[in-house]
Amino acid sequence: MSLQSRHLLGLDGVPKQDIELILDTAVSFKEVLERPIKKVPPLQGKTIANLFFESSTRTRISFELAERRLSADVVSFAAAGSSVSKGETLKDTARNIEAMKIDMVVIRHASAGAAHFLSRVVKANVLNAGDGAHEHPTQALLDMFTLREKYGTLKGLRVCIVGDVLHSRVARSNIFGLTTMGVEVSLCGPATLMPRHIEQLGVRVFNTLDDVIPSVDVLNVLRVQLERQQGGFFPSLREYHRFFGVTKERVDRAGRAITIMHPGPINRDVELSADLADGEHSVILEQVTNGVAVRMAALYLLGTSSK
Amino acid sequence: MNYLLKHARIIDPVTGTDEQLNLLIVDGTIDRLGANLSAAKGVEEVDLSGKLIAPGFVDMHVHLREPGFEHKETIESGCRSAAQGGFTAVCCMPNTNPTIDDESVARYVIEKGKQVCDGFVDVYPIAAATKGRQGEELSPMAELTHAGAVGFSDDGAPIASANTMRLALEYSSMFGIPIIQHAEDPSMTKGGSMNEGVVSMRLGIPGIPPIAEELMIGRDIALLRYVPKAKYHVAHISTRRSTDLVRSAKQEGLAVSAEVTPHHFTLTDEVVASFDTNTKMNPPLRTADDVEAMKEALRDGVIDVIATDHAPHTIDEKEVEYSQAPFGIVGLETAIGLSIAELVRQRFLSLLQLVEKFSTNPRRILSLPQIRIEAGQPANLTILDHEIEWTVDTTRFSSKSKNSPFHGRRLQGKAVGIFNHGRLRRVV
Repeated sequence: MSLQSRHLLGLDGVPKQDIELILDTAVSFKEVLERPIKKVPPLQGKTIANLFFESSTRTRISFELAERRLSADVVSFAAAGSSVSKGETLKDTARNIEAMKIDMVVIRHASAGAAHFLSRVVKANVLNAGDGAHEHPTQALLDMFTLREKYGTLKGLRVCIVGDVLHSRVARSNIFGLTTMGVEVSLCGPATLMPRHIEQLGVRVFNTLDDVIPSVDVLNVLRVQLERQQGGFFPSLREYHRFFGVTKERVDRAGRAITIMHPGPINRDVELSADLADGEHSVILEQVTNGVAVRMAALYLLGTSSK
Repeated sequence: MNYLLKHARIIDPVTGTDEQLNLLIVDGTIDRLGANLSAAKGVEEVDLSGKLIAPGFVDMHVHLREPGFEHKETIESGCRSAAQGGFTAVCCMPNTNPTIDDESVARYVIEKGKQVCDGFVDVYPIAAATKGRQGEELSPMAELTHAGAVGFSDDGAPIASANTMRLALEYSSMFGIPIIQHAEDPSMTKGGSMNEGVVSMRLGIPGIPPIAEELMIGRDIALLRYVPKAKYHVAHISTRRSTDLVRSAKQEGLAVSAEVTPHHFTLTDEVVASFDTNTKMNPPLRTADDVEAMKEALRDGVIDVIATDHAPHTIDEKEVEYSQAPFGIVGLETAIGLSIAELVRQRFLSLLQLVEKFSTNPRRILSLPQIRIEAGQPANLTILDHEIEWTVDTTRFSSKSKNSPFHGRRLQGKAVGIFNHGRLRRVV
């Protein structure tokens, strides 16, 4: 079994069997992570470069851990203080790194399409770790893994993504992946943060949490970026919290358990109340754990394929 | 040198000619037209069987980049590109450095145009409408007109202030020269890289909403109604509703005209999914419905002109992240091939109408001398093979820059030569 593409650039157009293959492969890697010795040899001798042009803590650490646990050699790069700040172009940076014989590249970048661009200019396998507001495929895969683990299957599940969908790569990758897997996806947030035409991706859009909470199993709560308020997308954090904050009171009104997810980092008591984030139905830390296993699966499948 | 151009089909919308005739040119002037002319001694005979002769084509919207950005294009390379594309004249936009907002820069561009490319391509500057293209104070329009400017535009940027636009329309009306608007409400387009629509939603690329163009055209038409002596021209129109606005303004009798680029009647925003930065231009590529509207508006005469918005950028400037790439593509050498393939072959335009869009109408809008293919007139001609099919190879462009999304595309129709200032230049 192998993936259709030699890169993982996004989940838009990725077939169900590829998503299943990654999730199934992640199950065995999760088992590896439970062992006392958490290291396996499949990428021994492979070199992976992590190019983080945008700051990131958890995604970078998660990728690095996944790479090391597959026995790859790892070099990491952060844009600040690098040749990028000296005016080097992405293409030159990538080609220079490739000249050092790198097998795989993980890239995070503020510009949509940066991973696609890279996949055209280098021969290495490219994994997208987030490109602008476009895609963040491994985040969506780890979200799906977490849900599949909890519910046994994704098909028929009802997931609502709450918050700033307009600027969210996590939301887009989740929508592409979840709809492919037969999940019923809804979105809820201020009208200014919902992209026009988003219904065409097969999702329902709500502007009131109370309208959607009763009919979902899962709330995946997006981070509110504080600079969006300055951009005029909503009037104040106070108002955002009052009307779009996911709180215990709101969730309890459903009268049954609703799973709480968040891609992190959380603004506590802004988009998500602390008691829910730390509560019994939160799977936020499991998402983090599963992130390593899912990234191991993606790296393994790309790094060992013959394509 | 004297020429006898034989067996071509001559299409001239001005004189109403459309027939196969021989054309005798003596000292750069059309001496005679006739079915049975034969060559006297010392006359070069050129067999143009199966070809078309039309009044010289004008591209009223190009960026020659000189002065200031000669690494992208020069007046010389731009004129070579124009000649290769079948144009005997180009109108160059003022977003150079220094800006063409001063007599001396306008004169420099015109003089340079005469010196390069053996003077085959007439260069007419379009001067800035405001000083430094800042949208605030009017440029010295009287002096610029005197120096030879044929239009006023802040192209690349809109004239955003309604009051500045009012003043520009009023002042330019004294010279009968149009204000050419890059129609975009800048408060709605900051950070945008592509059309706002279904595709931008999928790709997460910040959008340039179609309404930003429509609002500006709507506002400008209202201003034109208020200043009815002025002439107003919409540069690179791109949305269906924009064409609706121009259509109704024309019905009202206002002096409004519009141009469209070949890429806006050929490509849709779907091609942006490749993240190829040669799909990034402003206005952006729109939807299939908008493409259809461009063709309908050309057919109906709502859009008067095909102009390329030839915008050269180097490979290094374009080979970057999508959000970082500059807007624009080169267009001079693919314009005719795209227009015949997309418009004539699909029966939106007759060949006669095509010639109007490339020659008669831009000359009328800009008050350039109208070319007439008749005895006693200077020979200013575009010679076309409208049947030939060919494949675009950007590496063979005469332009300094190769930034075109049409590399590898099959086109129909190509210039085989131009005639201007007494000489024939063959296109190979």
